[in-house]
Amino acid sequence: MASSLPPIEEHPFLRGLSPEQVKAIACDVREVSFPAGALLLREGDEARTLFLLRSGRVSLELNVPGQGPRQLETLKAGDILGLSWLFPPYRWHLDARAVEPVESFALDASCLRGPSPEHPVLEPALAMRLLRQLYERLERVRMQRMDLYKVGP
Amino acid sequence: MSTGALPTAGPMMPEPLRVRSLRRETADTFTVSLDVSERPGGFPFQPGQFNMLYAFGVGEVPISISGDPARPGELLHTVRTVGAVTEALRRVGRGGRMGVRGPYGRPWPLEEARGLDVVVVAGGLGLAPLRSAILHLLRHRTEYGRVSLLVGARSPEGLLYRRELARWQEDARLKVLVTVDQAGPEWKGHVGVVPALLRDVELEPSRTVALMCGPEVMMRFTVRELERQGVPDSRIHLSLERNMKCAVGFCGHCQLVPFFVCKDGPVLPYDRLRPFINPREV
Repeated sequence: MASSLPPIEEHPFLRGLSPEQVKAIACDVREVSFPAGALLLREGDEARTLFLLRSGRVSLELNVPGQGPRQLETLKAGDILGLSWLFPPYRWHLDARAVEPVESFALDASCLRGPSPEHPVLEPALAMRLLRQLYERLERVRMQRMDLYKVGP
Repeated sequence: MSTGALPTAGPMMPEPLRVRSLRRETADTFTVSLDVSERPGGFPFQPGQFNMLYAFGVGEVPISISGDPARPGELLHTVRTVGAVTEALRRVGRGGRMGVRGPYGRPWPLEEARGLDVVVVAGGLGLAPLRSAILHLLRHRTEYGRVSLLVGARSPEGLLYRRELARWQEDARLKVLVTVDQAGPEWKGHVGVVPALLRDVELEPSRTVALMCGPEVMMRFTVRELERQGVPDSRIHLSLERNMKCAVGFCGHCQLVPFFVCKDGPVLPYDRLRPFINPREV
């Protein structure tokens, strides 16, 4: 069944790129969906996909022994998920769970980084967009780390 | 716009009022309802104003009025127990008395916001001074454009007015987004920081007014995101917390360069605050 969601070139992560750039980045794309509660990523598994979320919400989780999963951040339509394919050892560092039904594009990492994982060649437009995502995520993490709502010094 | 009724017995004289009820909101926060039935006309105030609450023999603290401005017969304050005075206020208990001076300060610019979209941003206890503004917006809903409420807290347990928040989330007249910094698996809501919620609000920058209260760092990041989206600084209003003592602009304890926060604020537009709010020397 054809999806009624916008096509890949309209995803916020790729919006504004030329058709050639989109083609170069999204050279191997699948449309995937997950029911609520399903894991999109599991800590320790091989990382070989960049997800461009199209609908639904995903919780990034870290399992703390004896305490169970702790939610770190919620990602939603328009966000990207999964960057551990960029660097060795190419394993997911966190779990990612669908909080509600999720639809996503799944981009194959081997296509994104080129034929040689040891010497990845990223499309410049992709590199800049990943950098921006990482920077914005770093800002959010910094804010969270400050524990702003804590009372007292 | 008037800034509300003046105290009747001199600006420094607290009026003893009886505690009608005391409700626990979170582990360290409670809402106290004070009996104003003996006051003719009750206790009129404008959203965003504050009172000085006095725990007899202990001390006085500034606390925002968190009730409904259309119901002056009910005077509500939400207080976080952070020190000797607020702990003493909590211990007053039902039937006891605490002193009240006020209302003081510059309110939220709800007249100016008429006809415009309103984005209300609250972090932690910052929802308390915004509650009266939200109730006003709901009561006069047709006079405003789109109204969005963004709320952040440390954890789900740290959210104020949880039942009311759930009701507002069901209310089609409001778009309500709630986030927490950390949560266990039982929380089905959003996890993350407040400024990130702005991405989910449809903003028309030229016709948007933002009302904001919370930790100053949170407000700084939220202002940055609003500016990035094109909302003018003059339409971004912050409620500040400073060391208010006299509350009438005499003592200077709450001075922020040209402003006495008690008198010129606590609500101020960011275009006036910008030069003074961030430098570390201030």
